[in-house]
Amino acid sequence: MPGKSPWKMAVGATAIALLAAGCGSGGSDDSSSASNTVVIGIGEPQHLIPTNSTESNGSEVLASLFYPLVDFDAQNNPVPVAAESITADATSTVWTVKLKSGFTFSNGEPVTSDNYINAWNYGAYGPNGQGASYFFERIKGFADLQSKDPDGEEGPQKAPEPKAKTLEGLKKVDDTTFTITLSAPFAGWESVMGYSAFYPLPKAAWKSDGVLADGFEDAIIGNGPFKLKGKWEHDAQIVVEKVADFKGTVPKIDGITWKIYQDQQAEYADLVAGNVDVQTTIPIESLAKASADLGDRFKKSPNSTFQFVGFPTFQKEFSDVRVRQAISMAINRQEITDQIFLGSQSPATSFVSPVVAGYRENTCGDNCVYNPTKAKELYTAANGPKEMKITYNVDGNHKAWVDATCNQIKASLGINCVGGEEPKFADLLSKVEKKQPVGLIRLGWVMDYPLMENYLGPLYSTGGSSNYYGYSNPTFDNLVKEGSVAKTPQEAIAKWQAAEDILAKEMPVIPLRNGQNVFGYSTKVNNVNVDLFQKVDLYKIEVVG
Amino acid sequence: MFRYIVRRLLQMVLTFFGATFLLYALVFANQKDPIQALVGERPVTESQRIALTQRYHLDEGFFMQYWYYMKGLLTGDFGTSLTGRKIVDMMADAWPVTLRLALIAIVIAATFSVTVGVYSALKRGGLFDNVSLVITLVLLAMPIVVIAPLFQLIFGIQLGWFPPTATRDATVWQLLLPAIVLACIVIAPEMRVTRTSVVENLRADYVRTARAKGLTRMRVIWVHVLRNSLIPVVTLIGVDLGGLMAGAIVTEHVFNIPGVGFNLARAIRTEDGPLVVGFVSILVILFLFINLLVDLLYAALDPRIRYE
Repeated sequence: MPGKSPWKMAVGATAIALLAAGCGSGGSDDSSSASNTVVIGIGEPQHLIPTNSTESNGSEVLASLFYPLVDFDAQNNPVPVAAESITADATSTVWTVKLKSGFTFSNGEPVTSDNYINAWNYGAYGPNGQGASYFFERIKGFADLQSKDPDGEEGPQKAPEPKAKTLEGLKKVDDTTFTITLSAPFAGWESVMGYSAFYPLPKAAWKSDGVLADGFEDAIIGNGPFKLKGKWEHDAQIVVEKVADFKGTVPKIDGITWKIYQDQQAEYADLVAGNVDVQTTIPIESLAKASADLGDRFKKSPNSTFQFVGFPTFQKEFSDVRVRQAISMAINRQEITDQIFLGSQSPATSFVSPVVAGYRENTCGDNCVYNPTKAKELYTAANGPKEMKITYNVDGNHKAWVDATCNQIKASLGINCVGGEEPKFADLLSKVEKKQPVGLIRLGWVMDYPLMENYLGPLYSTGGSSNYYGYSNPTFDNLVKEGSVAKTPQEAIAKWQAAEDILAKEMPVIPLRNGQNVFGYSTKVNNVNVDLFQKVDLYKIEVVG
Repeated sequence: MFRYIVRRLLQMVLTFFGATFLLYALVFANQKDPIQALVGERPVTESQRIALTQRYHLDEGFFMQYWYYMKGLLTGDFGTSLTGRKIVDMMADAWPVTLRLALIAIVIAATFSVTVGVYSALKRGGLFDNVSLVITLVLLAMPIVVIAPLFQLIFGIQLGWFPPTATRDATVWQLLLPAIVLACIVIAPEMRVTRTSVVENLRADYVRTARAKGLTRMRVIWVHVLRNSLIPVVTLIGVDLGGLMAGAIVTEHVFNIPGVGFNLARAIRTEDGPLVVGFVSILVILFLFINLLVDLLYAALDPRIRYE
């Protein structure tokens, strides 16, 4: 059989190659469990350029790499951090930021006004397509940095270059001072600057003026207490280590491994097995056993998530306020938060989240109290529709509670209610845009900065960015605006509360639930706090022993 | 032989282009609003929409988009994902770990099913044969979406025998549990086919002849019978690679392995056309090569098969 031996060799060689490949890159088991570092689970961040990051995974990592201008105290009032002072003129239009001196980026560059101004200009410039660009909307000259497609998205013409490349409202005074001019007065501006979009970028970030250097995002350099060790290992981990001689508040830990998970249940398995130290969101599937698995290392804290359903104004069957009140009263919120969310969310009875200053309990009043008898009376009197639906996106785990809510409505009002399924949120939005009858729209909101205005403005103002249902009330709009230009926070809150009272009367949406952080940690760490933005407090967490 | 391989390779080129075209068309037809899908439920600003639309040519027709894609592909550029990462980099990150996972799974599945299959064929009708039949039925009845979390819970968390998750730089040890899970979906058919095939061949004339010649029982079974019985099994293993890749989507999700399955699932969720097409194209090539390899293995196993 001499002819066959090459075959045997080929097969044998293949087998050896396969085995070698299988065993090849093993042995990289560098568990540094003895050191003063922690492992925190996150999802893959979409972006790490501050002005492009709008989700919690990215902002968690950025919080370790950057030092913000302002942070928030226990009452959610802004406190200057990297800034020495932030002052406004009498009308709250021109804001002066004085930076603390002596701060550097982790590559040694001093932090100057230019670092802020350049980064913000980049973020605001339309063609850069930065996700968080809307944070700069209030700054004077923002409109000049945007371009409009002359013949709509489908048309053949390209959008022209914007008029300007830099924001008119940003002016450098000296190396540590700069001013921000807003296009309209806004008393809450200091709080807005607490968001990650307002971090500075070092000179090393730029290839040329307004153009980011290639690969900067994967090896980002910040002004924070930690710096990247190596690069962003996509879908695997981001390792950060302590910056030596950091001038600001120094964390108690020496480093963090941001371990990236695709699935929160896998992350939970690792938390129980001790491979990850902190999980900020324990998935609902694992909640039932979390107390048993973790004991008192399973905790809850408030966050800003606000879940609600909106009535599209183009659907006339909901135009009678009694119909909206009746549907709201027909829903037993407590039962749903207990049975379906296992206490991980709490019933909402107001139109803003409890985490903002100025929140009052139960502004919704009787309208948000479960009362099937009264609901039925109101509904019959108003001759509400015999059929309705609640439309939601299937990819967001909403089916269980939407069906439960529908069942409650059915039982209370004696009408038919079904869940309308749309594959994605975008499908839902496009139906709403075309004014197709979608029934109630499932919506949620997470705040950007802790002010009532961040709920009232985007959600209920005329033309608000997330006011998909089209609610419009000029009196309400005026009150929100008056609050925004008020001189003191107290005055602002008074105006905003008056605006919220209008919502309670008109019920443009039904408040359903407020979110909570349900988090857990391993025996290795202590002092774990998760804040309103679903971020771990990196300055408090410490390693045990 | 050489001409045969060249012909097959040429066919591959055609298949590859056909497959990418079909894929691109399917993804394009399914694509509604990738920009909104990218940001989730946040509102998209007008200027961001314009910028992204122009960057990814989303406003142009299907053929223009396909043309841009092919132009890049022919120069070795798989394009950029909608998240801004180079797809080549993403593939370089994802493929090695998935291939290792699949290989370990294939080795486990093949070793286990051939050994058990042969043994139960020899002890046909005995206790071992019946027990293995029941095990096969149980495995067949359990879909991978059940097996994966179940094994993770039992062996990873409660017993603590294996690490419950793996990462990209996973060791063989970390990949063992996911590989066993993955192997479970292909073990059952491979084992049954081995058994049937061996049973059939045991009765063949050449086996009687070999025995009559006075060969030892071991030599008859392992050389004469097994070699002839392996042809259908090898075909099956080749085909099973597809099943393994499909199973990898679930397994990688459960065990947190950032491989091909994970990337595909994410790409489909975010309507990321170039990413889907890129990964599946490589998957197509892989399939074609495995099939070629299987066909060539026939010749190695059965001298009567010759390719011209």
